[in-house]
Amino acid sequence: MNNTLTIALSKGRIFKETLPLLKHAGIEPLDDPETSRKLILDTNHDNVKLVIIRASDVPTYVQYGAADLGVAGKDVLMEHGGEGVYEPLDLHIAKCKLMTAGFKNAPPVNGRLRVATKFVNCARRYFADKGQQVEVIKLYGSMELAPIVGLADIIVDVVDTGNTLRANGLEPQEHIADISSRLIVNKASMKMKHEQVKNLIDLVAEAVAK
Amino acid sequence: MKQDRWLLPEGIEEVLPHQARQLEHLCRRLLDIYDNWGYEQVMPPFIEYLESLLTGTGNDLDLQTFKLTDQLSGRMMGVRADMTPQVSRIAAHHLKQEIPLRLCYMGTVLRTRPDGFAGSRAPMQMGAELYGHQGVESDVEILCLMLETLRQAGIKQPYLDLGHVGIYRGLVQQAGLNNSQEAELFDALQRKARTDIEICLSDWKLDSQIATMLIALMDLNGDEEVLEKAGVLLDKAGTSVKAALDNLKQIATQLKTRQPDLNIHYDLAELRGYNYHTGVVFAAYVQGRGQAIAQGGRYDDIGEVFGNARPATGFSTDLKILVDEGEIASKTKKSIFAPAVMDDNQQIELTGFITELRQQGERVIQFLPGQTGSASEMGCDREVVFRDGKWELTAI
Repeated sequence: MNNTLTIALSKGRIFKETLPLLKHAGIEPLDDPETSRKLILDTNHDNVKLVIIRASDVPTYVQYGAADLGVAGKDVLMEHGGEGVYEPLDLHIAKCKLMTAGFKNAPPVNGRLRVATKFVNCARRYFADKGQQVEVIKLYGSMELAPIVGLADIIVDVVDTGNTLRANGLEPQEHIADISSRLIVNKASMKMKHEQVKNLIDLVAEAVAK
Repeated sequence: MKQDRWLLPEGIEEVLPHQARQLEHLCRRLLDIYDNWGYEQVMPPFIEYLESLLTGTGNDLDLQTFKLTDQLSGRMMGVRADMTPQVSRIAAHHLKQEIPLRLCYMGTVLRTRPDGFAGSRAPMQMGAELYGHQGVESDVEILCLMLETLRQAGIKQPYLDLGHVGIYRGLVQQAGLNNSQEAELFDALQRKARTDIEICLSDWKLDSQIATMLIALMDLNGDEEVLEKAGVLLDKAGTSVKAALDNLKQIATQLKTRQPDLNIHYDLAELRGYNYHTGVVFAAYVQGRGQAIAQGGRYDDIGEVFGNARPATGFSTDLKILVDEGEIASKTKKSIFAPAVMDDNQQIELTGFITELRQQGERVIQFLPGQTGSASEMGCDREVVFRDGKWELTAI
């Protein structure tokens, strides 16, 4: 029987902040993804592998069973739709907020509000719930630029300190959701590798509680 | 020239001889087995009026159904996305009887969206339904037939996932949630999102006893111990929850007596088809596939909208997935090669000989004058030759 566990992680903040949690569960990578070019990292356990992928790909890998578990931000999960994966544990890491942001004291917009964002689905859902009609334009980065060059009226983005916004003359406005990273699990793995998965969840939960 | 005019739509595929042979082989074998178990085959129509397609079990299928206008009546028609509601209608409408009714079906269904990445939009659905019996024995029979179906497809060691919608339904009633709250909680529970569930429950200021039980539901998954744990954790739940738990225990016990080696996983928060299921729900999984390969459950009284409410339980699966996941020995039958002859008398004798061979179940391919390719290239291991004034078989 196949008893390897594959855990999907993204480089950077999530990886750094997840490592201590995995360490508590007795799992340590043998390579550092920042220096190694390997996409699959071996760990001190023969049957546990880490795959290093883009943050927004983590739910996809886990949903289709290419990885058994993963760590993904709530922002990425909300955008992905969160279907097909379990998210049993809030890791309380990589915390920030999903917010709208725009110019201070901007005059009210007549007609449809133009929204620039990487989080197209979240933005649509948020404004639909408010009953506000908007036009959403998808951007892949440097969202703050969009209102400045007149591409959009406001943006929807994750906000940590808000410094980038302020440096560009924008201010955070409406709060959409609190974001932190979640441990996510493939539904079939939860059923077929139950003991292994549950054990890992419990150990990581212990580490989070500390 | 661009080749894209021959491309098929997403999620639609052609089945070439090798796979077609496996599909047909499995299909025949399963229909025979269902027949041996006493299940009569029905053939519901490929297309019908939308109202009847989307009634009852079909409520969840609105988005999944291809729709078009009937040019004769001006009404909306739909191409079936699932045959189960059709079979329920047939059972309730045409086959009103007091004795238990066993039906099975096989056919292509069409779905607007593929089931997951690279999934099919035209699965070959096969399933069986048992109407008219309320007890656990009918659920166990359907479960056994589903497992037999997997075994016939050569799927070794499937994992069975068992749940019961009555547990969650009872708790929600006890908690007095309104529809939108129930939908929100349902969504969070399907994702086992503990944080979201806790936020919901504290926002709604639920009684702590019932809130504890709803949170406990999230963790009630795993092996047999889960049922014992559930008995303790849901001790303060109403009678309907306890009855549901009892029902699940009985099904598990009976199933294990019959199939001691089966891997069973329990998940009391698994609520697939929650809108129409009324009792046990189950699904089969295999290693390496993120989605269930067969599923089913109890859905009593669905026939009410068609004028005849009866207990019902059943399962369905996709033949194409079974062929993909299983190991089906598809023996390519070796053929017999027959020459072409010009002489009329010889032709009559040869035709007679070939007919005889075909009646014996042999596969005979006749040479076409001017064709390329030898007998062995056409998959033949024997040939018909004229020797000593008569036609006979020799090995190639």
